[in-house]
Amino acid sequence: MQALVIAAHGSHLNPDSAQPTYDHADTIRKTGAFDEVREGFWKEEPHFREVIRTVESDEVFVVPLFISEGYFTEQVIPRELRLEGWDPDLWDSDGTDATEVTLEVGDAEKTVHYCGPVGTHDAMTDVIVKRAETVTDDPDVGPGFGLAVVGHGTERNENSAKAIEYHTERIREMDRFDEVRALYMDEEPEVDDVTDYFESEDVVVVPLFVADGFHTQEDIPEDMGLTDDYRTGWDVPGIVDGQRIWYAGAVGTEPLMADVILERAVDAGADVGDALEQVESWTSETPAAGD
Amino acid sequence: MVEDAPDVETTGWRVADEVLEALLETIRESDEDGQPTIDFDGFVAERLADGSAYRLETPTATVEIEASTVADAGASPASRDDPSRALEPIAPYVTNWYVWERTVGGRETARRAFLRWCEGAPLDDPDVETGETKTDASDVLERYDALESGVVRHWGELEITARLARESSGHSGCGERVYEIRHVQDADATDETLEDHNDPRDAREIVTYDEDGRYRPLKTAPTLVTGWHFAGLSGDDLVETVRTIYPATIANWHREQRGDLDVDHWLETAERQTGIYDVIDELPREALEWLTEACCVDSQCLKRREWEYAADEPIDTDHGDGVFPCREPCSLVVAAARKWAILESEEEKTWELELTTTEMNQLAEIVNAVADGRVDEIREADVYDGANRYRARYLRAKRMDDGSFGEEATDR
Repeated sequence: MQALVIAAHGSHLNPDSAQPTYDHADTIRKTGAFDEVREGFWKEEPHFREVIRTVESDEVFVVPLFISEGYFTEQVIPRELRLEGWDPDLWDSDGTDATEVTLEVGDAEKTVHYCGPVGTHDAMTDVIVKRAETVTDDPDVGPGFGLAVVGHGTERNENSAKAIEYHTERIREMDRFDEVRALYMDEEPEVDDVTDYFESEDVVVVPLFVADGFHTQEDIPEDMGLTDDYRTGWDVPGIVDGQRIWYAGAVGTEPLMADVILERAVDAGADVGDALEQVESWTSETPAAGD
Repeated sequence: MVEDAPDVETTGWRVADEVLEALLETIRESDEDGQPTIDFDGFVAERLADGSAYRLETPTATVEIEASTVADAGASPASRDDPSRALEPIAPYVTNWYVWERTVGGRETARRAFLRWCEGAPLDDPDVETGETKTDASDVLERYDALESGVVRHWGELEITARLARESSGHSGCGERVYEIRHVQDADATDETLEDHNDPRDAREIVTYDEDGRYRPLKTAPTLVTGWHFAGLSGDDLVETVRTIYPATIANWHREQRGDLDVDHWLETAERQTGIYDVIDELPREALEWLTEACCVDSQCLKRREWEYAADEPIDTDHGDGVFPCREPCSLVVAAARKWAILESEEEKTWELELTTTEMNQLAEIVNAVADGRVDEIREADVYDGANRYRARYLRAKRMDDGSFGEEATDR
């Protein structure tokens, strides 16, 4: 038997924080690839501390639903899961390369395959592009469009910016969008000045965040000038300085994220049958939102 | 089609073909070292020494089956009529064996232990030796009688009812159980008045908001909304639903039943923290009494607190009566402790305030109303209650400047 545990942050204040975790877990449950699929949280229940004991499977794949390697993936999750012998060096990563490490846990007789975060997986690049397709309702979006990948910034964690740069570069290499740029909330180049950084009339803005919350639903739309007050909402696309801004909201809410979680588990040795194909076919059928 | 029939009978038990098949297969595969093939919940099946027959024994009846019948187990259904009928006197024992060994399985798992608990069966786990579980309805016939009318158990605010599944024509013959979950406060509500659910995932919606539509960050807070029920659940779906409503409670309760609940006391949890929570181990010892009184008592959380300040240093606050244990300070307690650790580092001062005795008492009334979650219950015009909004506004108008009781109070 094999189990999948999706490890996410969650929130004491905002129920939307965990929603993508549940949604992607449900998608993966539907594939039947794992005998058990569980959500585990830092701020909700079951806590990281107690999630492993809720599975019957001997083999557990833990995939952090986090954007970058750093404090949570290197310290908090391994400590709370009681991963025995954990050391960040086991990932042998320079910030975006973590794949998997297999360890025992201190509170159950289980083998845990501790995976790198979803945010740094190559498949994440496709989710960002997919998010642009979804928000523009155009499967061929690219020509004539700029794409901004938005991150938190380096103040808290330099790896966070590395993940943003990594995907930005990969999308640029696709030669699909006229312009591709990484923008940040806390540092230059700032998302506040989005229109200064793009010449294209249409710019898709995709925040590399796991869930919609304070940053993606309040700060960023107001900072970009899409709205004066987030409570009154904003248009998609909205006009800022004469340019059309297609604001996508958190990339983590894109249904294709389930695919990245599965890819992480597969890289760690999980046998998921044709689950990847199933998820890809379901998410390609997902009708795009908007008009 | 499985349904709950109100006019259940206590006789007429039968053994379904698939159960008979499984039974014959199991005893046929028995080795010949004299060990019983089956020894489960009072049902013992063993091969007679001369090999001519199998003896199926229960506390109330014994049935013998010819070895040749067992050998023919794979033959046509017609040839199985005899053993099937012969098994009727012990049918509950046979189907009980089948449901636990084949349908539920998972020996020594929390899932199985919980399902056993739900019908008052002893936990058939060699590591469990508690008195309660050994004496509880261990007799299968008594248990089947109870399951006919429904065995009711309470798990936090959940009322769980276990019944035997029935086909329209009577007992399914497979021993299958069906479960119903509702809020304990809906115990007497008729099914039609409750919102009907059968998908465990529906429970996610139910647990997310309280009666006033506020987000519930603590799943074991006694604020579960009423007005719903899950009917016709299988054992697996029951466990999944309970897991969604009260995450990890079954796993930790099971560990406690087995005597190996791993408790992390306050100091261990506090010292493990890093980042913004690094400070919580500086919370003064006496503050743990206040913290647990604020957060961990039954009125705030249904878990029974098993953690103390340290293994050899108990906290005096009441531990609570919950059926499932709390094995370490939760994330809400950790987050609140951070705030209190910072607040407790502040120096105490002596204040001079001009208040009448009634006004001083009114401050206490306001604190109590907020702490007891009573604010919304205070009637609009009930100016006799010190925590009434008009009373509070009057006090503010009279005694407070710029939202504070004095200049110094905001000087932080």
